[in-house]
Amino acid sequence: MKTRMMAGAALALALTVTGAGSPWAATYMRGNNGNPETLDQHKTSTVVEAHILRDLYEGLVVYDAAAQVVPGVAESWEVSEDGTEYTFTLRNNAKWSNGDPVTAGDFVFSLRRIMTPATGAKYANILYPIKNAEAVNTGDMEPDSLAVEAVDDHTLKITLENPTPFFIELLTHQTGLPMHPPTVEANGADFVQPGIMVSNGAYVLETNILNDKIVLQKNENYHDADNVAIETVNFIPIEDRATCVRAWEAGEIHSCADLPAEDLERLQSEHGDATRVTPYLGTYYYALNHEDEFLSDPEVRRALSMVIDREFLAENIFQGMIPATSFIPPGIGNYETGSPETDYFSMSMLDREDMAIEILEAKGVTPDTPHKLEIMYNSSENHKNVATAIADMWANVGVNVTYNVRDISAHYAHLRDRGDFDVARAGWIGDYSDPQNFLFMVESDNDGFNYSRYENPEYDALMDAAAAETDLTKRSELLSQAEAMFMRDLPFLPLLYYSSLALVSPNLQGWEDNIQHVHLSRYMSITE
Amino acid sequence: MTDAAIAEETPPQGSVQNRSLWATALLRLKRNRAAVASFFVLIFLIIAGGLGPMVSPHSYSEVYPEFVKTRPSLSPYPQAEQIIPAAESALRRARVEVGEIVIEDGTVRIAVSSESEIDPRISRYVDRSDVFSNAEVVDISGDGLSGAITADVQQLYFLMGTDANGRDLFSRTLIALRISLMIGALATAVALVIGVIYGATSGFVGGRVDNLMMRFVDIMDSLPFVFFVILLVVFFGSNLVLMFIAIGATQWLDMSRIVRGQTLSLRRREFVQAAESLGVSSWDIVKRHIIPNTLGNVMVYMTLLIPKVILLESFLSFLGLGVQEPLTSLGVLIAEGAKNMRNAPSMLFYPAATMTVLLFALNFLGDGLRDALDPKDR
Amino acid sequence: MHREEIDILRYALRRLLGAVPTLFLIITAAFFMMRIAPGGPFDQERTLEATVLENLNRTFGLDKPLWQQYAMYLNNLLHGDMGPSFVFRDKRVHEILGEGLPVSMQLGFLALLLALFIGVCMGTVAALRQNSKADYFVVALATFGITVPPFVVAPVLALVFAVFLGWLPAQGWGRADQMVLPVIALALPQVAVIARLTRGAMIEALRSDHVRTAKAYGLPASMVVIKHALRAAVLPAISYLGPAAAALLTGSIVVEQVFNLPGIGRYFVQGALNRDYTMVMGTVVIVAVFVILFNLMVDLLFAVFDPRVRYD
Repeated sequence: MKTRMMAGAALALALTVTGAGSPWAATYMRGNNGNPETLDQHKTSTVVEAHILRDLYEGLVVYDAAAQVVPGVAESWEVSEDGTEYTFTLRNNAKWSNGDPVTAGDFVFSLRRIMTPATGAKYANILYPIKNAEAVNTGDMEPDSLAVEAVDDHTLKITLENPTPFFIELLTHQTGLPMHPPTVEANGADFVQPGIMVSNGAYVLETNILNDKIVLQKNENYHDADNVAIETVNFIPIEDRATCVRAWEAGEIHSCADLPAEDLERLQSEHGDATRVTPYLGTYYYALNHEDEFLSDPEVRRALSMVIDREFLAENIFQGMIPATSFIPPGIGNYETGSPETDYFSMSMLDREDMAIEILEAKGVTPDTPHKLEIMYNSSENHKNVATAIADMWANVGVNVTYNVRDISAHYAHLRDRGDFDVARAGWIGDYSDPQNFLFMVESDNDGFNYSRYENPEYDALMDAAAAETDLTKRSELLSQAEAMFMRDLPFLPLLYYSSLALVSPNLQGWEDNIQHVHLSRYMSITE
Repeated sequence: MTDAAIAEETPPQGSVQNRSLWATALLRLKRNRAAVASFFVLIFLIIAGGLGPMVSPHSYSEVYPEFVKTRPSLSPYPQAEQIIPAAESALRRARVEVGEIVIEDGTVRIAVSSESEIDPRISRYVDRSDVFSNAEVVDISGDGLSGAITADVQQLYFLMGTDANGRDLFSRTLIALRISLMIGALATAVALVIGVIYGATSGFVGGRVDNLMMRFVDIMDSLPFVFFVILLVVFFGSNLVLMFIAIGATQWLDMSRIVRGQTLSLRRREFVQAAESLGVSSWDIVKRHIIPNTLGNVMVYMTLLIPKVILLESFLSFLGLGVQEPLTSLGVLIAEGAKNMRNAPSMLFYPAATMTVLLFALNFLGDGLRDALDPKDR
Repeated sequence: MHREEIDILRYALRRLLGAVPTLFLIITAAFFMMRIAPGGPFDQERTLEATVLENLNRTFGLDKPLWQQYAMYLNNLLHGDMGPSFVFRDKRVHEILGEGLPVSMQLGFLALLLALFIGVCMGTVAALRQNSKADYFVVALATFGITVPPFVVAPVLALVFAVFLGWLPAQGWGRADQMVLPVIALALPQVAVIARLTRGAMIEALRSDHVRTAKAYGLPASMVVIKHALRAAVLPAISYLGPAAAALLTGSIVVEQVFNLPGIGRYFVQGALNRDYTMVMGTVVIVAVFVILFNLMVDLLFAVFDPRVRYD
């Protein structure tokens, strides 16, 4: 180690280093797997942005180190009997980085702004449970008719369209973060620039250079500033995951927020505990086109699902992921009933294959008289290898696969425009920890996500009933029934549950693995 | 050469001149050992890519799920220490106790026992595995609770190891070689046809038209063509044929300049002017005199363009826009290998080595050809 | 002499004026090609709600007819505004590219300088000792340099010098030590080409009459090489600068990604894949301007090095 540093120093000297040298000591060098598209909490849509925004701002509620919801700016809250009225009491000592107090009015301003059509908020719909939100967002109502009200400076009342048991969970999303009205009014879209931005979280923005770094400094006005150990956080956007691994191994950064799956095994054996593999709130699936003649047959879909050896995919193709036996990943909130079990997952692969062969033979499909299906996937990561492996499994039962590869925009545009396809790859990471956030995708009126064009009035009725139900246990049962229907009808073939992969330096304390993959810098510290 | 004045009846004149030029060139080329060696290496690679996939023991698309990312080896798979775990994992799902496992002369004998009667169908679990074949349940005891399974052990050779899906890398490298050569040759052919016709026309017609046509080439040249190739690939999907047409369509610019330059100088030569004065049509002159006489330079340029195209294709593969499954190209294999360089170095090494040898041969041959045809050296 | 300078200036001016319609054509072609491509800037892994998508399209003017968008783009461009990025929403395209351009220019310039220096040296040595071991070594090395794709060379360099040896950083830009590996990775293929070009030209120059004469007059060999041969050999190297710039551009896409540099090469590909229309247009404009200027510079350099070239 010493010689290594000496060599580095000598070289640095020889090159007449101009910079200040390595900013290791009090700075958390945090690898982030890409550039934030924006630091405007209303235009945001990606996980990359969430990591930064959660350090900059504090919402009504926040996640703790284990991703449990805990009070943030709101000290406490009350919910009305019918579950549609939330009254939040804001803490007295919450301050903006310029010293102004954080008031209920700031939240009102903020929520109105995200719903204003001109803002162009990608994620506005996540807050549609708020009364009149959708009407405001479509321009049918004025922003001030949004049912969010500042009763006084420290009391905020939000009225919902329907009882929404996951509403508190929703507020942890970065779209619920407040903004400082005077700054936004004075600077317009430029309020996100370093030097202008006023934030109320543990950190303030100092520098933001695309593809280079984003520097955050500790916010001395933050109400819990005494417990914030790390003075400076440098978010390093590294899109290429292999580059992040190299930088981590070279000791240039403390943590990587994602890893290349093909390298996982080596990292685990070389770096042991530093390599973190944690179940994540997401599912990797293939959508089946229900309008296709062959695939419209539920028996066929079942056969296709049965012969996929998901253990093989998880062990050999997408290391770190978990074989999926349902659509909703385990560990999700508000789902005490849990995902229903599907019979064939407990059977051996051979039996499953025999059954599938039988089913397909009855339809006249055998390896000698094969049926042709096209798998459509987007050109990145491991999708090619997954498709190849599944093609091999399906070939055994007489389904021959051809491939159609597009880049990501073309792939999803094709699905959105309801272009023709047989089988299409997709993935879904939950925005909030609730089964509804998965099951709503295949409701028959969901134009955006129901790629399969699944239409089942019974399923829709179950989802509607669940939406109206205030009793969490009963609601969970209804959702479980809906998922059982999902697994029977298979609009999507769930293949794998996502895992979040990370490399965490032993010097970095306080990083707790959690299902949301949320790690606020304020809970962490660095030891030398 | 100045006596090549009679035109109409003398395509022979042109070809005589050509023949002597070619003969000298060939002689010079033969003396260049690097070029000769490259020529043979190239022939070898073309044969390997052309016929190799047919004679290779594995199909390039066959998946061996039990042999994902195996190391290259001259001895057959499964290797001795793999057989027992393979047998155990094959029977793990059969719900039987696995006893002693004996391996002898390419067969294996697995003792099994169970708390309930053994189903003879369990031999299929063993057959299923890529490692075994012809499995049979033998010696079932009277109560049906114990017995043995015998099976032949497969002999699979993976000279270059296997890829991330468990496909033989040797076969894949061969098919990749074929596709890469095809892309190189076809894209170059497209560039050749456009470039030669465009350049010859421009040079021959001359004047304003020439000016305009060359201005167009200049415009095209200042285009960031990588961007256009990427866009073209995005439009057409990763369609193999359209891809090399797209590449070829962006690579003809230099070719047209070379041909134009040559044409301009040829035009002033007596035999062309004679042909013109005899009323030979322009197209015939271009076809008979101009194009054949530019062939030397064009060939050199072509040999050097092929490696460029192959590298360009590999760049597209790096961006994930390369050839589609189950086909593959050297670029695709190398891009995939680069991702796995630390856990399965063979996945990078063999395709990269193949590409290096191929490009070496093409470059040396191109250089040799240029030296051989260079009139300044005569 | 005076007369000649005016000629050169006139020529440069005419070329620059001629570049305007070229640029216009490029912009037009790129604009419409980009729009024909399937998919739009808001088609991501996560499909957007219809109302949300409508709001976005309106915000970015995508709901207007295409010709109107085109006219607006041209108008903005004339006023030095490349429009808002469809993906990076906090900055305008020219701001983003303005941050990245210096990085890419430094990277490209250093790589070119390194490639020229090493390439010319290697080529000269090889030519002076034609058919010796040194010559074969240079030729082989140079050929090897162009046969290995940069996306293999770059990570291998990072792996060896950053991870295994720990001498240099694996990523980033700004400090001198961070520049070493990317510059080498980018320069490597160009070293190869320039070495080959120089070698060929040198051999020819050494055979030429005036070099032989100079030698016959008993001038020291090194003097001869420097004064005559090298000067003649530099010309082909200069004429290669144009294509080299194009190759560096392609190479920088890879190098910037592997070493995580904040240059503009990455926006080029990212933009095309994300359908970030304005970003792609911005990179195309910048690259086209750059290539045009660079080619002009190369031609003018010719005038300095080769007095035979006349501009009329």
